[in-house]
Amino acid sequence: MDFVLDTGNTAWMLTSAALVLLMTPGVAFFYGGMVRGKSVLNMMMMSFGAIGVVGIIYIFWGYSMSFGSDVLGLFGNPFEAFGLGSVTDTDPSNLLAANGVPIFVWIAFQATFAIITVALISGSIADRTKFGTWLVFSAIWVTVSYFPLAHMVWGGGFLSNSADGLSAKIFGTTDGIASVAPIDFAGGTVVHINAGIAAFVLAVLIGKRKGFGTEPLRPHNIPFVMLGAALLWFGWFGFNAGSAGAANATAGLAWMNTTVATCAAMLAWLLTEKIRDGHATSLGAASGVVAGLVAITPAAGALSPVGSVVIGLVAGVLCALAVGLKYKFGYDDSLDVVGVHLVGGLTGTVLIGFLSTTTGVFYGGGVKQLVVQILIALVAVVYSGLVTLVIGLILKATLGWRVSEEVEVGGVDLAVHGESAYESLGARILTEVK
Amino acid sequence: MTKLVTAVIQPHRLDDVKSALEAAGVHGLTVSEVSGYGRQRGHTEVYRGAEYTVDLVPKVRIDVLVHDEDAGTVTEVIVTAAQTGKIGDGKVWVQPVDDVVRVRTGEHGAGAL
Repeated sequence: MDFVLDTGNTAWMLTSAALVLLMTPGVAFFYGGMVRGKSVLNMMMMSFGAIGVVGIIYIFWGYSMSFGSDVLGLFGNPFEAFGLGSVTDTDPSNLLAANGVPIFVWIAFQATFAIITVALISGSIADRTKFGTWLVFSAIWVTVSYFPLAHMVWGGGFLSNSADGLSAKIFGTTDGIASVAPIDFAGGTVVHINAGIAAFVLAVLIGKRKGFGTEPLRPHNIPFVMLGAALLWFGWFGFNAGSAGAANATAGLAWMNTTVATCAAMLAWLLTEKIRDGHATSLGAASGVVAGLVAITPAAGALSPVGSVVIGLVAGVLCALAVGLKYKFGYDDSLDVVGVHLVGGLTGTVLIGFLSTTTGVFYGGGVKQLVVQILIALVAVVYSGLVTLVIGLILKATLGWRVSEEVEVGGVDLAVHGESAYESLGARILTEVK
Repeated sequence: MTKLVTAVIQPHRLDDVKSALEAAGVHGLTVSEVSGYGRQRGHTEVYRGAEYTVDLVPKVRIDVLVHDEDAGTVTEVIVTAAQTGKIGDGKVWVQPVDDVVRVRTGEHGAGAL
C-alpha cells in the first residue's frame, strides 16, 4: 500500500499530541495545589519525572510493546521497532496510515498517553514517597502494565476486536473480527482504570500519611487546582477528539461529547456537595471537571451528546461520593485517584453498554455490548492490580517507598529536592553563597 | 500620664474605626493582623467531603497610645465604630504605660505622644 500524506489530518494529530502532552503539567498543577505547601514541588516533580522517564522509554520499547507484532495477545514484540530507527509510514503498526498520518505523528500521540497515565498514579502516594523509587516504578510499571494494556485494547490484543480476543471467544466473529467490538475510544481501561487501580494498590502498600484521618491535611493552593483542571480540560480535546485519528466528524462529535459530559459532571458534583456538605466548593468544581473528562474518555466517539450528559451526571455524583470511601476503609489515596479515575473510568466504560448509539441497551442493542464492557473493565482491574502489587512489593523490599518520618513531617521538598516552594517555608536566606 | 488602648476587632470594621479615631483627634495608631478566637470559636471548611475545623479566625489589632484623660473617650469611639452586635466583634482593653519615648527627638512622657 502506498502512503499518501493528508496534511489536514496530520496537522490535527500533531496538535492533539501537543495538547495531550500539556495535560501532564496540568496534572502537576491539579495535584500540586491539593497537597500541603511543604511537598508541592515533590508532587509536581512526580509528573515531570514521569514525562522524562516514559518519554525516553517510549522510543525504545514502548511503542513496539504497544503496537508491535502480537505475542500471546498480551503485548507487542518489544524489539520490533527498538529505537524507532527502522519504522516507516506504511508499517502495519501505524494505525493511522490509512488517514494519511505519518508514523512518527502516531507514535508521538501515543507516547503522550503513556506519560500521563503514569503521572496520574502519583496522586495517591503524595507527601511521603521517595522520588528515586517513583522514577524506577514509572519505568517498570509503564513497561509491564501500561504497554501490555494498550496492546490488548488498541494494538490488536486480548481486549480488542481481534478474532483471538475475549469478545470474539464469547460472542463469535463476523468477517474475521469480533461481532461485538469492545469500545474504549480514548482510554477508559488503558488509562484511567489502569492508573486508578494502580493508585489504590500503591496507597495500601505504602501506607497512610502521618496524621491521615486525625490532622487536617488541607489543600494548600486551590487556585492551582483550578488551573490544573483548566489545563486538563483543554488538553483533553487532544486526548478525546484526537483519538478519532483524523480531523473529521468523529473528532467533532468527541469534542462536543467531551465538553457536555464535563459540564454535567461538574454541576452534578457541586449539587452532591451542596446537599451533603452545605457548600458548592471550587475544589468540587475542579474535581467534577476531571471526573467528567475521565468518564467520557472511553465513550466520546460512541455516544450522542445527550447520552454524554447522562454519563457526566452519573460520573459526577458517583465520584463525589466515592472520594469519601478512603476514610471509611482507611486507605490514604491522598488526592483521590481511586475516587476520580478508577470510579470515573469504570462508570464510563460500563455505561457505554447502555448508551452506545449503535449497540447500547437503551438503543435496542441488547446486552452483549454491556457484557463485553464489564469484562474488559474487570480484566483491566485484575491485570493492572496484580502487576502493580508485584512491582510495589519488590520495590518495597529493595529501594523502599517511604521517606523517613522526619522528612515527611519537615516536608519532602526541602529534604529530597533541596528547595522550598514558598519563601515563608524555608529558613530565610541570610547570605548568598557564590 | 499615658495609657495604651488595645482593640482586637473584626477586620472589616477597621476602616470605620480608623475614621472615627481620626475624627476624635487621635493622630497615630498601630494596626496588625492577628488571629485568635473567643466565644466565636473557629469555623469549618470542607474539602472533598472531609471537614476541617479551623480554630483561629483572622482579626485586626489596633494599639493607640493616649493621654490618661482621653482613654475613656477613645475606648468608646472604638467600641461604637467596631460594633456589629454579633458574636466575634472583639475586645478593647486599657493599660497604664510607664513611659513613652519619641525616637526622633528623645522626648519622654506626655510630650512624646
